[in-house]
Amino acid sequence: MEQTKPAARDKKSGAPHMVRKEYLGRVIVTICGLFIIVLTLAIGAFLVYKGIGTFTVYHHSVFEFLFSSDWNPSSSGSSGGGTVGAAIFIFGSLITCGLALLIATPFSLAAAIFITQISPKLGSTVIQPTIEIFAGIPSVVYGWVGLTILVPFIRDVFHARMGGYSVLAAAIVLAVMIAPTITTVSADAIRGVPGMYLEASYGLGSTRWQAIYKVMVPSALPGIVTGIVLGLSRAFGEALAVAMVIGKTRAFPSSLLSPTTNLTSAIASDMGNTADGSEHNMALWTMALLLLLISMLFIILIHFISGRKEASEK
Amino acid sequence: MNNRASRSRTSDKFMTGVFYCVGGFFVLLLVVLVGYIVIKGFADMDPSFLSFNREGIGNQLFNTIYLVFLSLVICVPLGVAAGIYMAEYAKPGKLTKFIRICIETLSSLPSIVVGLFGYLVFLLMTGATWNLLAGAAAVSILCLPLITTTTEDAFRALPDSYREGGLALGTTHWQTIIHVLLPACVGRIITGVILAAGRGFGEAAALLYTAGQSTNINWSNWWNLTSPTCPLNPLRPGETLALHIWTMRTEGSLYANSTEIANFSAAVLVLLVFAFSLLARYISRRMAKKASGQ
Repeated sequence: MEQTKPAARDKKSGAPHMVRKEYLGRVIVTICGLFIIVLTLAIGAFLVYKGIGTFTVYHHSVFEFLFSSDWNPSSSGSSGGGTVGAAIFIFGSLITCGLALLIATPFSLAAAIFITQISPKLGSTVIQPTIEIFAGIPSVVYGWVGLTILVPFIRDVFHARMGGYSVLAAAIVLAVMIAPTITTVSADAIRGVPGMYLEASYGLGSTRWQAIYKVMVPSALPGIVTGIVLGLSRAFGEALAVAMVIGKTRAFPSSLLSPTTNLTSAIASDMGNTADGSEHNMALWTMALLLLLISMLFIILIHFISGRKEASEK
Repeated sequence: MNNRASRSRTSDKFMTGVFYCVGGFFVLLLVVLVGYIVIKGFADMDPSFLSFNREGIGNQLFNTIYLVFLSLVICVPLGVAAGIYMAEYAKPGKLTKFIRICIETLSSLPSIVVGLFGYLVFLLMTGATWNLLAGAAAVSILCLPLITTTTEDAFRALPDSYREGGLALGTTHWQTIIHVLLPACVGRIITGVILAAGRGFGEAAALLYTAGQSTNINWSNWWNLTSPTCPLNPLRPGETLALHIWTMRTEGSLYANSTEIANFSAAVLVLLVFAFSLLARYISRRMAKKASGQ
């Protein structure tokens, strides 16, 4: 509204260079805004273009890719003829992320409650900065920590085969990485609960803990779930930290202490060793496409959750 | 009844204790972790690690900083402009909503997927070999949503009186943006840029197939920009510090004391990221003080 008025008036008062600048500036920033759309669509389009090769060029079925564990693609030439069952990789991603979530959620939730309810003062001066620093540590450093501390620890304490490279190590590394995300988003959600909820429950004679688990956490639940989904999405896409500790063994894990592999480590370690356009290469692109689809699924999930929250507030 | 009330009180005290323990656990974990990384890195250090050649990490450190600089050159103008568009020009509607979904999608993309996209578009399609510019472009895709959102939030947080004051002086909307609003937002935007840079320093997965896992710099070759060994040539392969940790720990058996080099790289990287997050905190605090007129 207000942005068009002055420009129009200037036209009359004879300041064409100002008007030109106004439109030029507006056009430039609009192009930059639209560029974001182009970029996102381009990423999606290129990944689809590369990723569906497994199905269109080498004629494997989607079912085989998702549910078969028979992985033996040919990695040179364009003859194909191998098998591309990625179930082990997919299962590896699912189990490590699921476990990481199980470990990280209680701790993160407790930290979020501490920051918002127990001691906002200590929370904002000590815990919040701590969480922010955790979030800032590069993922490859987490992988390094896993490799230097966690893997030898698991090897020595549990006497795991494969020297400690295990599902458990990957899950713990991921848990530390996603805890900051879950904590921050949950803390925001709990902060957003109207203060009168707390006052009302205190008025009814509840203790602080009763107010927290009967009133505050249930009312903040959509936000907390959003945090968990965001954490899960980060865990799914994490590549190098997991690849360093998971052991990269192509077999279903028989226990928490056995090694396996996952989607991201397969892409990170094999992409460079396969010829462009070969069956193996295509299958890796399909994995990348799967990762993209999963991350979009999480976004839709988050919108669904927040949409329901808005609906329930009306 | 009385019994129940006292039981609730006991469980309240108990849970308060649990929350303090969890809070303390996080702090302790961070102190131990960071202490371990830094002490381990410097305890195993050999003076040769500091050198700018194959044994040292000087080249990788230089590549890291140069790559982040290049990526900021790409994504700061784009991100700030897009943020201005979102805050000042975008009208509520389908298009704006769609841009928002795109920003969200970009910010939650796994970095390895962005790396593969960069590999496909900047290397396979152009026929180039691994180079710093492709890596910088991939990192800027990762930083773009952060800078756009920070800029938009900063513009939206400004009181309307700024806008009205500018317009009342007879300026166009664009002049108000450039001369009034942008200067008022600059502190918050810089904080966002520093945070983005911090992310860039630590990025590895996106660089695996774009910037490459090798580096070869001839330091006497400063200004011959087309030479593949010139430090400033953006089209040469440039392994960064984060990637160096990965290379040294996964395929580093080719090098002598690769584990120690990885340890030292991790310590340097963590200190670098810390320095940047402290800087971001300092600037945002100073800007907040300045804004509140103290």
